[in-house]
Amino acid sequence: MTKILTRAGLAILAALIGVYLILPVLIVVPMSFSDSSFLSFPPGQMSLRWFHNILDDPIWIDSALASLKVALASSICAVVLGVLAALALVRGHIPFRNTITAILLAPLIVPYVIIGLAAYIAFLQLGLTQTTLGFVLVHTCLAVPYVVINVVAGLVSVDRRLEMAAMSLGAGPVTTFFKVTLPLILPSVLAGGLFAFFISWDEVVTAIFLSGPDLTTLPVQMWSGIRVQIDPTVAALSTLVLLVIFGSFIVLGLTRLIRQLARRRVTGPATNTGA
Amino acid sequence: MTSAATDSSTGRLRGRPRPLRLSRWLRFDGWGALVLPLLVFLVLVFGLPLVVMLSRSLTDPSFGLQNYRDIFANAVYPRVLGNTFLIAAIVTVVTLALAYPYAYLMTLVGPVWRMIMLGLVLVPFWTSILVRSFALVLFLRDTGAFNSTLQTLDVIDQPIPLIRTLTGVVFGMVQVALPFAVLPIFATMQGIDRRLLQAAESLGARPAGAFWRIFVPLSAPGVAAAVLLTFVQALGYYITPALLGGPKNTMIGELIVQQVSTVLRFGFAAALATLLLLTTFLLLVVAGRFVDLQKHLMRQT
Repeated sequence: MTKILTRAGLAILAALIGVYLILPVLIVVPMSFSDSSFLSFPPGQMSLRWFHNILDDPIWIDSALASLKVALASSICAVVLGVLAALALVRGHIPFRNTITAILLAPLIVPYVIIGLAAYIAFLQLGLTQTTLGFVLVHTCLAVPYVVINVVAGLVSVDRRLEMAAMSLGAGPVTTFFKVTLPLILPSVLAGGLFAFFISWDEVVTAIFLSGPDLTTLPVQMWSGIRVQIDPTVAALSTLVLLVIFGSFIVLGLTRLIRQLARRRVTGPATNTGA
Repeated sequence: MTSAATDSSTGRLRGRPRPLRLSRWLRFDGWGALVLPLLVFLVLVFGLPLVVMLSRSLTDPSFGLQNYRDIFANAVYPRVLGNTFLIAAIVTVVTLALAYPYAYLMTLVGPVWRMIMLGLVLVPFWTSILVRSFALVLFLRDTGAFNSTLQTLDVIDQPIPLIRTLTGVVFGMVQVALPFAVLPIFATMQGIDRRLLQAAESLGARPAGAFWRIFVPLSAPGVAAAVLLTFVQALGYYITPALLGGPKNTMIGELIVQQVSTVLRFGFAAALATLLLLTTFLLLVVAGRFVDLQKHLMRQT
């Protein structure tokens, strides 16, 4: 009896926590469609005027393009560096392994305010603030641990005999990597890349330090839109950002599913011929 | 002839202490060397600026510890530091109180519900902090969803002030921190053999007794990782306290940005950031003796 009561209590608590977790989404999405300019609640009349606002104002488009460029470049850098490092961590002999792993994971722990300030101070002297390169360098640091974590998880489950088979049939290490290993770990590489993309696309804190009249990313533009006065356009932008993120996750989920189905097709006939 | 030479040489080696060869220690094999590009990149782009910042805190405007003395010379700044620790501690306690039962329920329910509960945790994980904090401002402000709902229902006459208060900051920061706490706790709980609980109960323990004396201690490693992660991250929050907190709840992150953007005291901001960095580092080193944070970070995703 007490067990049932405890479970029921737990379930209610969990339901409340669940609502709390998605509360921001529940708030922002309906409000972005509201006609009122004060984002009042309840939203009242529906309207798309804030979405029109985004398209009318070049500030939003420009900063979105700047963000896109930075996010694409830094996720590519993060994937290349991260995959190499993950291969080393799983396969290689590395001296001072724990220290090196700690360095690779440090950007996950060090507060972004510190990273932003340090980069700002250092980049001012190099003229790298307000440049795409400066943003890409910093965002690659922030994103690369996510790639490493994802790819390490993928690599651990790779059957090395497949690689050995390829090598014994005459493939060199590079060919083996691109023809055998990479296709096997592709889902985790893609997941890592997607993580990296969104770390950069979303990132505000270091971006506030690095932004200026010459280059401002979308989150920083949104930040100033919130700070000065509550601008409902930001709600519409938030909805769009949410759409992009969840859209990509659905795409990633589908790719995984397709890959799994494809793999099943491949292993099917292979076992048949073996028998 | 050759064998004799070898013998004598090994004999000589045995007699003397082996020479310390650094190159041998630092040897990466072919695979291991692949870590070098990232390592060099991080040292240059991530590590070097931190060193530049540290030196700036000691040299700007003049050489010495003046900036660090300034932090404690004025009553305002120690209060911000105290606030930062207090808020981080409250956030950690509240987060743990919510994350633990949530993670526990995740281990009890079936696979479908578990996926749903996990999905709910991952939604905020992948919603930008800016969007979330902005939405919580809309929710908590005087004319926001929370207050206007209560007013329409005639529960309250006047809106309860939530935004720019400690409650507001904690509400927002816990929302941000929850996923980071639920995931390591859930991962640890999933590894607990539930037959141990059955064994305890079959030996006469009441379910509650079995839970507190067996399950809770076994889940401690996940809890410790969650507490450490939540607290360390909470120390450095900027966006959420800046939007939801008032002037009384200023945290060190806001102070750092303020010093750079409005008063241009780079050296002082660098000193504050160095202080925060050292605190974080110290916490990790001390707690690292008890918590395998690397393991928890590596399986975060």
